[in-house]
Amino acid sequence: MAKRIEAHGVTAFYSSFKAIDSINMTIEPKSVTALIGPSGCGKSTFLRSINRMHEVLPGARNEGKLLIDGQNVYDNDVDVTAVRRMIGMVFQRPNPFPTMSIYDNVISGLRLNGVRKKSTLDDAVEKALRGANLWNEVKDRLPRPGAGLSGGQQQRLCIARAIAVEPQVLLMDEPCSALDPISTLKIEDLISELKNRFTIVIVTHNMQQAARVSDRTGFFSIDQTGDPGRLIEYDDTSKIFTNPSEKKTEDYITGRFG
Amino acid sequence: MTAQVDTERPVVIASGDQLKAKRLPTWAPVAVAAAAIVLAAGLVMGTGWGGPVLTGVVAAVLFIVGLGVAGGVVEGRRAGSNRVATTLIYSAFLLALAPLLSVAFVLVTKGFERLDGNFLGTSMKNISAFDANGGAYHAIIGTLEQAGIATLITVPLGIAGAIYIVEYGRGFLANAIRFFVDVMTGIPSIVAGLFILSFWVFVVTPIFNDGRPGYSGFAAALALSVLMLPTVVRSTEEMLRLVPGALREGAYALGIPKWKTIMKIVLPTAGPGIVTGCMLAVARAAGETAPVLLVAGGNPAINFSPFSDNQSSLSLYVFEQAGVASQYAPARAWAAALTLVVIVLTLTVLAKLLARRNKLAR
Repeated sequence: MAKRIEAHGVTAFYSSFKAIDSINMTIEPKSVTALIGPSGCGKSTFLRSINRMHEVLPGARNEGKLLIDGQNVYDNDVDVTAVRRMIGMVFQRPNPFPTMSIYDNVISGLRLNGVRKKSTLDDAVEKALRGANLWNEVKDRLPRPGAGLSGGQQQRLCIARAIAVEPQVLLMDEPCSALDPISTLKIEDLISELKNRFTIVIVTHNMQQAARVSDRTGFFSIDQTGDPGRLIEYDDTSKIFTNPSEKKTEDYITGRFG
Repeated sequence: MTAQVDTERPVVIASGDQLKAKRLPTWAPVAVAAAAIVLAAGLVMGTGWGGPVLTGVVAAVLFIVGLGVAGGVVEGRRAGSNRVATTLIYSAFLLALAPLLSVAFVLVTKGFERLDGNFLGTSMKNISAFDANGGAYHAIIGTLEQAGIATLITVPLGIAGAIYIVEYGRGFLANAIRFFVDVMTGIPSIVAGLFILSFWVFVVTPIFNDGRPGYSGFAAALALSVLMLPTVVRSTEEMLRLVPGALREGAYALGIPKWKTIMKIVLPTAGPGIVTGCMLAVARAAGETAPVLLVAGGNPAINFSPFSDNQSSLSLYVFEQAGVASQYAPARAWAAALTLVVIVLTLTVLAKLLARRNKLAR
């Protein structure tokens, strides 16, 4: 049940500062799309604009249209919590809920949205943890605190928590930047598996990672500090990394800029 | 590189390439302390300038100077000043501890004299200040009821107010509330008492009481609430601000509504800190005398009802007993003071244990 994402002129503001300008982009279902670009170019802002997390910050707002299978998530009559249930998110730093056990962390999205039945929750925990490749490591200590896991395990716990609510799109904001290479590898493997169930959009600073995991890549950039970020080029990953059409993209991926 | 830059010399921090340095032997501080005490005793007692207290002060000064000089000579300037700074910090700690320990010591030694079953189980009804018996049962009831009602009023209200300020409030209204909470923190307790006296006791209760003013334990609880509220709001606010935004975002990203995020994620995370703040407020309220005196009036007899007639409280009882010229009253005052401290301490410990008791085995 993965969904297609279409951005039409998506623009994001922080108060009066325009952070991204008119992003147009179509993201196909069951694909991995990587967003790359220098720091401050608006990749994360665009990612957070997809599930309306951008507007959580004071003074932040969006313009344009963002369609999920044809429904504009910026419409006034849209229920924000429903959008976020449909579009899950994994953050840069693992953020398990510190007062909750591993078990409670995984089902927090379900339980706090009203699911009470023990058997349903038990099944959801196992399914989500298996989906996040964490089941074998934690199955014997589900009542232990989630914050007691290692960084890589915490991040997979957060992925399990995100996929437990059965979203259709999964957004990942630099999910491996705080992790060691082995944990990174595990999460990259996981991304290739999750691709069969979800539409995945991943922001990364690591170009090898983008090349390894993604089908399509979007390159964001800014002309100079203070300008809004723009989507410079968006194409198949193989093309972006071998034969980009834009000079800027080539400069960035060959390390001459950024 | 210009010539000007070349003329600048780097500041020499370490000389030579020796990593090991001379150290004072471990017995040196003890030896310096002994020498300081002997010298101070000779100087102060020998000349008859003062007693043991002055000796202690002079010995401490001599110890700091002596250790600093010895360290400076043997170990070098940096190590010498380190020894002086360390000693100063330890002395400051001991100095801060001294009043606390001396209060606790006096309270326990003097309070134990009358702290028995008779004291805890009887009131002062039909007992004059010049009788040897009598107790604080009525005052204990008063303190527990007044502080309890005040807590029931302020904790939900204060936490809700703090949630508004931190999670919902934007702009003028939130800033105004914060400002007035700050102002309320500075209200003297007598003013809170006068406010309830003039508003509740003299204006509101006469309506339901055939025109007679209604002194009561509940009025005291209201006055204590005025004093507790700002403490609860401010401490809860600080604790809520310490909860990382990443946790809120993590919850929002799961499609959890904001109010549920606050109830189930933010408040439990800030829980232990909020409990500490509330207990500070309770402790302050339990020790207030002036508002209780004004609006509950005091009562030598047992009155279980906080809503009708005068009531006493432990702090008011201490105040009354301490002011009476009777050879038996001071013992009752000390015992009541000890009882009050023990009650507050017990409540604080219980609350902390309750907050720390987590379903998660760490």
